[in-house]
Amino acid sequence: MRLHSRVRLLLVLLSLAAALGLPLLTYAPNRLLTGQGIALLDLLQGGSGLRWLALLPALPLLLAPWWRPGIWHERLVYLAALWLGAALWWLAGSEATLRAGGEDALARVSFGGGFWLLQLLLLLQLAEALQVLAGSLPRRVLLLLLAQLPLLWLLLSGRLDSLSLLREYHNNQDAFDDALLRHLQLVLFSVLPALLLGGALGVWAYRSARFARLLFPVLNVLQTIPSIALFGLLIGPLAWLGRQLPGLGIAGVGLAPALLALSLYALLPVVRGTLAGLQQVPPAVREAARGMGMTPWQIMLQVETPLALPVFLSGLRITAVQAVGLAAVAALIGAGGFGAIMFQGLSASALDQVLLGVLPVLLLALLVDVAFRLLIARLKGADDHA
Amino acid sequence: MTMLELKAVNKFFNGWQAVADVDLQVAAGELAVLIGTSGSGKSTTLKMINRLIEPDSGSIRLAGEDIRSQPPEVLRRRIGYAIQSVGLFPHWTVEQNIAAVPSLLKWPKARIRERVVELLELLHLPAAQFLARYPHQLSGGQQQRVGVARALAADPEVLLMDEPFGALDPVTRGTLQQELLRIQALSGKTIVLVTHDIDEALLLGQRIVLMDKGRVVQQGSAQDFLLHPASDFVRDFVGQSDVGVRLLGLDTVASRMRPLQPVSGEPIAASATLREALSAFVARRVSSLPVIDAQGQPAGVLHFADLLPVAA
Repeated sequence: MRLHSRVRLLLVLLSLAAALGLPLLTYAPNRLLTGQGIALLDLLQGGSGLRWLALLPALPLLLAPWWRPGIWHERLVYLAALWLGAALWWLAGSEATLRAGGEDALARVSFGGGFWLLQLLLLLQLAEALQVLAGSLPRRVLLLLLAQLPLLWLLLSGRLDSLSLLREYHNNQDAFDDALLRHLQLVLFSVLPALLLGGALGVWAYRSARFARLLFPVLNVLQTIPSIALFGLLIGPLAWLGRQLPGLGIAGVGLAPALLALSLYALLPVVRGTLAGLQQVPPAVREAARGMGMTPWQIMLQVETPLALPVFLSGLRITAVQAVGLAAVAALIGAGGFGAIMFQGLSASALDQVLLGVLPVLLLALLVDVAFRLLIARLKGADDHA
Repeated sequence: MTMLELKAVNKFFNGWQAVADVDLQVAAGELAVLIGTSGSGKSTTLKMINRLIEPDSGSIRLAGEDIRSQPPEVLRRRIGYAIQSVGLFPHWTVEQNIAAVPSLLKWPKARIRERVVELLELLHLPAAQFLARYPHQLSGGQQQRVGVARALAADPEVLLMDEPFGALDPVTRGTLQQELLRIQALSGKTIVLVTHDIDEALLLGQRIVLMDKGRVVQQGSAQDFLLHPASDFVRDFVGQSDVGVRLLGLDTVASRMRPLQPVSGEPIAASATLREALSAFVARRVSSLPVIDAQGQPAGVLHFADLLPVAA
C-alpha cells in the first residue's frame, strides 16, 4: 500500500491523539465546579455495543490516507466524516442522559477538549473531500450544510437535551432569544449606516486625493482605539447629549453608544473597500466611457459601480464579520446581545453559559462570511459566463 | 467641405504650454494623422476635439458648429473615440460594448442589434461567435477591432483615434491598418488619428500633421514630407536615410509596371508597394519581375530601373 495523502495521514494521527489523549467529555457534580474528564474508551466500555457500532465509520477514515484518489473514495470519506461527527454528538448526548438526566439533576456533562478537536478534524476531513466532490463554492456550502442535518435532527429530537450546554440554553431561553435579536440589530444597524456613510466617504476620497489624505489618518486612529476604551469614551459625551435632548432615547450606556462605536469601527474597512474598488477600475475604461458621451452619473452607475462591487463587497464582508464579533463586547455598556450571556457566564464562572454566548457569535460570523462569499462568487460568475 | 476646424487653439497645464496656436482643417472624408514625439501635444489636441480636455483659448468647429454650443456628452455621442488601451467595459459583452453609444442615443433595440451585427461583419468578427463574448475572452487584436466597431457604432460624423494600434504586435497592427483604410474607403468617414509611428502616418495619412512642443511644424501629404521637409527637425523625424525607401512605400507596383513581356521567375502582386518590389529585386537578385493581378493572371512586368520615378 502506498501513502497517497499526507494531509489525511496527519489528520488521522491528530484524531487518534485527540481521541486517546484528551477527555471527550467532562463530568461535574454541579454547573460551577470543574469537571473530571471522561475518555472515549471509558465511554465505549460503559455503554452498549451500539456505541461501538456508531464509531464504525472511523475505520474507512483511518485507511483513507492510503487510498488512491477517486470520486467514490471521496464520497465515502464525506459520509464517514459526516456520520462520525454526528455519532460523537449522539455519544455525548446519551452519556449526558445517563449521568445527568432528569429535570432536577444538578450534575453536568460538558464537552472536553477531545470533542472539539475531533469535530474540527472531522470538519477538515469533510473539507478535503469537498475539494474533489464540489467544484464551486455554492456546492461546497450546500454539502457542508447537508452534513449538519444529523446534528440538527439530534438537537430537535431532544437527544442532546441533557448536555450542560443545552441545559444552559433551556434555562436561559428567553434571554437567548432576546440576545439573538439584539445582536442582529447591533450588527445590522451599525453596518448599514457605515455602509452609506463609508460608501459616500470612499467615493469622495476617490475623487479628491486631498480629502483622502485627511480622512485616512482619522479612520486609522479610530480603528486603533481598543473597543472597550471607545465604548467608555463615548459614555460621557452621549450622556451629556441625552441630558440636552431628552426624549430621543440617547444615553451614555445602552444601544446608542454601542451602535455609534460599532459604526465607527465599520467605517474604515467600508471606506477602504470603496476606494480600492474604484481604484481598480481601469483608467482606460473610464476614459472610454467619457469619450463615448456617458454622463458622470451614467459612468458611476453603469461602469464604476458594477466594476467596483466585488472589491467593495469583500470590504463589506470583513466589516460585517468584524461587527458580529465586536457586538459581543458591546454588552459591557449594557447594549445586550450574546455578549451579555457570555459576560454573565464569566462572572458566574459557568463555562457552559459562556459557551452559550460564544458559539452563536461564532456561527453568526461564519454565516455572514459564507453569505458574502456566495454573493461575491455569484457576481464574479456572472461576468465569466451569462 | 471642412468637417473639423481648429483655430488658434492653446492649452496650458500648470503654466506649461501643451498646445500652442494650433490651426488645423480637416476636410470631410479625409484621414488626418497627428504625429509627434510624446509631449508634442498631439493627444491633447485630439482630446480637445471631443472636449475631454477644454482649450484655454481658440475655437474648434465641427461641421461648421462651435463644439461648445452643446453639452459635452451630446457632442461626444456624435464623435467616435478609440484609444490605445481600448477600454472595453469588462462586465459587458461584445454586443453590449458596441451598442454603448446607440443605447445612449436611445436607438430602438432592433436597429441596435442590426447595427452591431453589421459592424462585427465589417471588422471580420463573425457575429454568431462574438456577440455574447466578454472582452477578456478576446485577443488583443480582436479587442481593438471591437473598440473600433464601438467607436463607429452610432455612425459618427468624425472618428478620433488615439494611437489605436500602438499596443499590437506588428502583424496584427499591419492587418488592422489595412482594415482601417478599407473601412475609410467604404464609409468615407472623417478620421483624425494620433500616432508616433512615422510609417503608420505615411501609410494612413492623407494629410499628415507633424507637431513638436505644442506647435504644428509641417502639414501636408506623405510626399510633401518625404520630398520637401520644412526643417531639419522634420527631416530627422521622417528618417533622412530611409526617405527613398519610404517614398517607394507610397506607390504600388501597378503604377510603374510595363505592358506584358515574357519574364521568368516568381511573380509579384500588382497591389504590392514598390518598397516590397525593391526588397524582392534585392533578395532574388533579379533585375525584372513578372507582375500578376488580384486574380493571379499575368498583368505586366516591372524592371529595376522603373523604381526611379520619371522626372517630373
